[in-house]
Amino acid sequence: MKIVVLGATKGMGRALARRLCERGDALFLLGRDPEDLSRSARDLEARAGRPAGSVGTAVCDLERPEGFAPALAAAEAGLGGLDTVVVTAGLFETQERLEADAELARRLLTVDFANTVVFCEEARRRLLARGAGTLCVFSSVAGERGRKPVVLYGAAKAGLSRYLEGLDHKFRAQGLRTICVKPGFVRTGMTEGLKTPPFAGEPDAVAARVVKAIDRGQPVVYAPGIWGLIMLVIRLLPRFVMRKIGF
Amino acid sequence: MKRAETLAGWGRSPVVPGCEVRSEDLPRITVGRPLTRGLGRSYGDSSLPAAGDPVVASAVLADRILAFDPDSGTLRAEAGLPLSDLYRLFLPRGWFVPVTPGTQFVTVGGMVASDIHGGNHHRDGCFGAHVTELRMRVADGRIVDCSRTEERDLFRATVGGMGLTGHILEVTFRMVRVSSPWLWGESERVRNVGEFVEVLGRAAADWPFTKGWIDCVSRGKNLGRGVMFRARWAQGAEAPAKPPTPKKGFTLPMNLPSWTLNRLTARVFNGLYYQTHPTRPASVIHPDVFFYPLDAIRHWNRVYGKKGFTQYQCVIPHSSGPRALTRFLEMVTRPGVVASPVCVIKDCGPEGDGLLSFPKSGISFAIDFPVRPWTQGLIDSLNDLVVGEGGRIYLAKDTFTRRDHFAKMEPRLAEWQSIRRQWDPEGRLRSAQSERLLDLGPTKGGSP
Repeated sequence: MKIVVLGATKGMGRALARRLCERGDALFLLGRDPEDLSRSARDLEARAGRPAGSVGTAVCDLERPEGFAPALAAAEAGLGGLDTVVVTAGLFETQERLEADAELARRLLTVDFANTVVFCEEARRRLLARGAGTLCVFSSVAGERGRKPVVLYGAAKAGLSRYLEGLDHKFRAQGLRTICVKPGFVRTGMTEGLKTPPFAGEPDAVAARVVKAIDRGQPVVYAPGIWGLIMLVIRLLPRFVMRKIGF
Repeated sequence: MKRAETLAGWGRSPVVPGCEVRSEDLPRITVGRPLTRGLGRSYGDSSLPAAGDPVVASAVLADRILAFDPDSGTLRAEAGLPLSDLYRLFLPRGWFVPVTPGTQFVTVGGMVASDIHGGNHHRDGCFGAHVTELRMRVADGRIVDCSRTEERDLFRATVGGMGLTGHILEVTFRMVRVSSPWLWGESERVRNVGEFVEVLGRAAADWPFTKGWIDCVSRGKNLGRGVMFRARWAQGAEAPAKPPTPKKGFTLPMNLPSWTLNRLTARVFNGLYYQTHPTRPASVIHPDVFFYPLDAIRHWNRVYGKKGFTQYQCVIPHSSGPRALTRFLEMVTRPGVVASPVCVIKDCGPEGDGLLSFPKSGISFAIDFPVRPWTQGLIDSLNDLVVGEGGRIYLAKDTFTRRDHFAKMEPRLAEWQSIRRQWDPEGRLRSAQSERLLDLGPTKGGSP
């Protein structure tokens, strides 16, 4: 497969790109920092035993929507086609910090919802123009329910999850498979410093599940799997209970 | 520190207040930190923060391979790259690390800081001998590259320097070509320690990997009996057509009670091990089984219970002769001492250029002891013997050695200290181990 990954330099994106590259998929990396992208590209090449330069990169920043089309065009040209677009990039901040800093909150809402959707729209047009493809986007279990520790981040991810659901309903018959990944708590640089809850997962375990979901075209995937069950319970809790608990 | 947390090494003793900062961006999180930690596989307090300075950087998310040249085998990686990744990805392609320790769950940065050695020490030296360049964040905040030609002193002080000369950010070293991903080897029963020295010496010429399991519980006529293993990479038709698949291990789910390991269970295990490992002619061996037998049991350190354990590893020079080795074994098999059933004997080649690197020409023993009221006294008396024979201990394993013993074992310590003081005059880089064993305080001013 010919796969573009936005956000492959860190965390779950890094783990996922490694799994895809090691099994033989062709990769093209998009991200903010050209130096960091190039280091990740060399890592993937060395791991997969491919010649230096075979994993291409281009700069793409979720805060700069005008760069989305050129970045995806560069990826499509570099790969000589396009089968799958993966988005793992996003911002995370604690609810406390977001409440205290309106500008930070605006940035996070823009990046995690509006701009991610704009990027997906660009990817959708390109994949549909090629006749078929897969769009795999990392949302979060934070979007499942309005919750005290993730009021703002959760709202952005809820919007993203709904968008991806609608996209899947509308375009699957035309060949566009949309996959919404909902990671639970995963130990990455993003969650560094947060209290680790029970059932925390590792990036590589998430990556293994996501690779399977991409292959099967599974529309929603919780990772680690146990979070599907946890969120089922959370979704069923009555409102007055949610108001009482701190989760 | 955001949370009340503790850190411990693989031996799970001591447990000290501390926490790790993790990020893919290792250069950023090492700024102003006293120490960088890898996977925490050193047994004692090498990777633990000094009292009052509890936040250490963790290298484990900085795990990218930055370059690999298939012509020369030169590989450059971020310091947190685990050996398990190199083993999994490169061995099937005919490449292996030049030196491996007894576990694959270590980082390349940790391999440099401890200057690890393996079964091929008699032939290939330590890992540091194959390292060509290091990128470091030194105490004053600068990022410095060092090698045998550039900032040579920093390089020599860092190889085996337990992370106390600066934060290791990137490591460049040479991988080696192997004839197949399988090993070809044989084993031989050995009756006593004198015979061990002889068979180790004899095997050294023909076999790149040699090591022995030695019974550290039995006394009398069985003192120092064991099994000698020797291996090389399989060649041509010796190797199965398919590369080895990783062995599935199991996880020890919880602490076993502290009494699980006692003289009786250790005796029974040793007896069984000896009886089930007869002399065996050469055959093909799975590399997991030869290099990483204990990795098959995840969290095997839980066998020792909550109180934890220590590993004592020392080298006794060849010149001391079998008499000193026998005295050593008599001390560890003394009534009242409980040694673990997993003791390793190995002959070391000449010392390398790492200034605090452990191996030197001689016979090395590695023995686990549970942490008990008698452990400190035992290690003091073992250290008396090692000092008397001109040997030394391995810092990556150590928890109980006293400062004066260590100073007597390390004639190179003064040179290492003077280089370290040039690079860290204020003594910012510290660990729990350095507080215990080394005087890293700020450079003293003139006379009062």
